[in-house]
Amino acid sequence: MKVRVKFFAMLRERAGVADLSKEVAEGSTVGELWRQLQKDYPKLDVPGIRLLYAVNQNYVGIEHRLSDRDEVVFIPPVSGG
Amino acid sequence: MFRVTNQPIDLNELVAYVTDPEAGAIVPFIGTTRNNNEGRKVIALDYEAYPEMAEKELARIGDDAKTKWPICKMAIVHRLGPVQIGEASVIIVVSAAHRDAAFAASRFAIEEIKKTVPIWKKEVFEGGEVWIGTQTGQPLSALK
Repeated sequence: MKVRVKFFAMLRERAGVADLSKEVAEGSTVGELWRQLQKDYPKLDVPGIRLLYAVNQNYVGIEHRLSDRDEVVFIPPVSGG
Repeated sequence: MFRVTNQPIDLNELVAYVTDPEAGAIVPFIGTTRNNNEGRKVIALDYEAYPEMAEKELARIGDDAKTKWPICKMAIVHRLGPVQIGEASVIIVVSAAHRDAAFAASRFAIEEIKKTVPIWKKEVFEGGEVWIGTQTGQPLSALK
């Protein structure tokens, strides 16, 4: 199955891409996808950073199981305001 | 009204939006960009968002505020893109029958924005630039 991944802010700059499509195994979790992406884009390995995870624009936990065509966003520390 | 925009925010439009015959108070909060941060001389700020989710989270903050305090209406607009020093980066306007609820809901909204809304601020200062932000969550090291 395929999921769509969007990167923003620090992660977008580090990945060098804002938007990609990624083939993942059925039943993959958000955490497993992140590990795959870190292999594809080694600069995503930012020491000490804390992330939140969103699937289809809702916050989810790291163990959340992905579905085909999900939109997945890894959210670096927010700083609006 | 909960949105992000690349245009300067119009305070009067937001005040008009929350104006309500049942309201006895309208509280505006304007977050502005400051020319210094942690000893750095800030030249400009640049905001980026995950826009669809940011607007959804802003609306969620409005819903939560309504369950916590008896407010009439709330509007939150956050600016994106480059914002010059002294300009408004976010404006929150709340109307309520009584001022206590309006002040409390306004305070709640700005604190929540800083915690959960996917908006990021890049600070351009003399000698460099940096993405600002702190939040709790899973350390990446836990994923290995």
